[in-house]
Formats: sequence, C-alpha cells, structure tokens
Amino acid sequence: MPSLTIERDVVIEAPADVVWRTVTEPDQMSQWFADRVDLVIEPGARGYMQFGDQGGPVVVEIVDPPTRFSFRWNHPRGEEPVAGNSMLVEFTLTPEGDERTRLRVVESGHELRDWPDAEKQRYADEHLDGWAEYLDRLVAVLEKRRSG
Amino acid sequence: MTARADDELWSAIADPSRRHVLDLLVRNGDVSASWLAGRVPFSRQAVSKHLVVLERAGLISRRKQGREVLYQVQAERLDQAARAMAELAAQWDRRLGTIKRLAEAAHAENKRKQEKERS
Repeated sequence: MPSLTIERDVVIEAPADVVWRTVTEPDQMSQWFADRVDLVIEPGARGYMQFGDQGGPVVVEIVDPPTRFSFRWNHPRGEEPVAGNSMLVEFTLTPEGDERTRLRVVESGHELRDWPDAEKQRYADEHLDGWAEYLDRLVAVLEKRRSG
Repeated sequence: MTARADDELWSAIADPSRRHVLDLLVRNGDVSASWLAGRVPFSRQAVSKHLVVLERAGLISRRKQGREVLYQVQAERLDQAARAMAELAAQWDRRLGTIKRLAEAAHAENKRKQEKERS
C-alpha cells in the first residue's frame, strides 16, 4: 500500500477509448506530460522521459485498455524505478455515458516499510486525505499552537 | 527549492512512521525522543532514526535543556513542504486539463469525420 498520494480527477466529454489513446500514446503523452516520451505501452516495458534538460527512466506496470494504465517514474532521479524509490502514477478511466469519461489519476510515493500490516491499515485510514491536505492541516495546527 | 532539497524533503515526509512522529511534534512541540517513543508503535531506536532524517530535511530542530534533548518543528520548512505538495497537485490538475482538451478535440474530430463519411 502506498503511503503518500495525490488524487485528482476530471470529467471529459469523450468516450473512454479516445481518452485512453490520449493518455497512453507516446506522441500524445509528450503533449501533456514530458517533453519527450520514449515508451512502449506494454506491462514491464522500460522507457525514458525527458523534462526540459532532465530525464529519467520509466517502467510501465499495468496496461488494461481502456480502463487502467500505470507507470513508475523515477524519484530520486537517475536510479532504476522500483517500489521504494519511485512514484507510481495510476490512471483509471470510468465511462459515465457514451461520450463522457471520468479520468482519475493517483500518484503515490514510497511504499510503507517496517510497519506491521494492521498499523499500516490504521494509519492509511487516518490519512486518506491527499498529502497536500495533510500538510496543510499540519501547518494549520502549528500556526494555532504558535498564536495560542 | 533545489532538486536535491526537494528529494530530501520528499523522502522525509513520504514515510508514514515519520509523519506520525512529525504529527506528534506539531501537536506537542518541545518533546524528547523518549516521550515520542512512548506514543508510537515502534521502537525508541526507530524514533531516533526518524528524528535524524527529519532534522536533516530541516523539518525539525533540537535544543538541549539540562540533560535532555528536546525536538521542535521548523514552521517555515513545513510551510515550504505544504506548498511543494500543493504544487504537485496543481501540476496534475494542469496535466488533466490538457488531457481533457486533447481528448475532446480528438473526439470532435472523429465525429466530424464520421459525419462526412455518412454524407
């Protein structure tokens, strides 16, 4: 189970197969994600993404058209992306009618380590908010404590 | 923030045990490692390790009081972290917005083609 997550979604006025192609085809990906995308959309495929003058390896995980697509990209830069050192990006496409699709993206960070399963679940349950909200909350508590 | 500092901050906060420690520090401030160890489901040794990482990332600082070492949160760094995380979320909103624009344009184009073929 991933520890830190960012979750966003958007409703698109297009069928799932059109959204799928936009999300997964490398020449389309280079329009919304990286500047250059060298990637074969196959589970386990290794590729490369260039952002400005920086770039790094990418590994495709799940390819289940037209509903699920995920890949791992590097963080920190330069190392082979595996669980524990990288970010997992997961797309889920849900049709909401013939010409409407909800696209959800979840980006999650380092996996939980050294943590008993029950504790993992409990902590995850307590922190279902995205991490941005989590940190905002921390900052808010801190400000209250300083002013109070 | 530099990429390097970003990486350190990221990995410091990414670990849920460390967030737990950070949470306790935010709520209680000025506490010792033993005090923290009494309130988390992991060992005193693990607490010490997490404190080292959090301190290295600049999220907490320590001071000596008598024989005790007390830890507290560095508010500015935490603010910076919150902003960095919010920026990541905003980045995804921008990407999803672009995907929406591209897919809707492709769909409109497909429909135009289909209608042309029919007529």
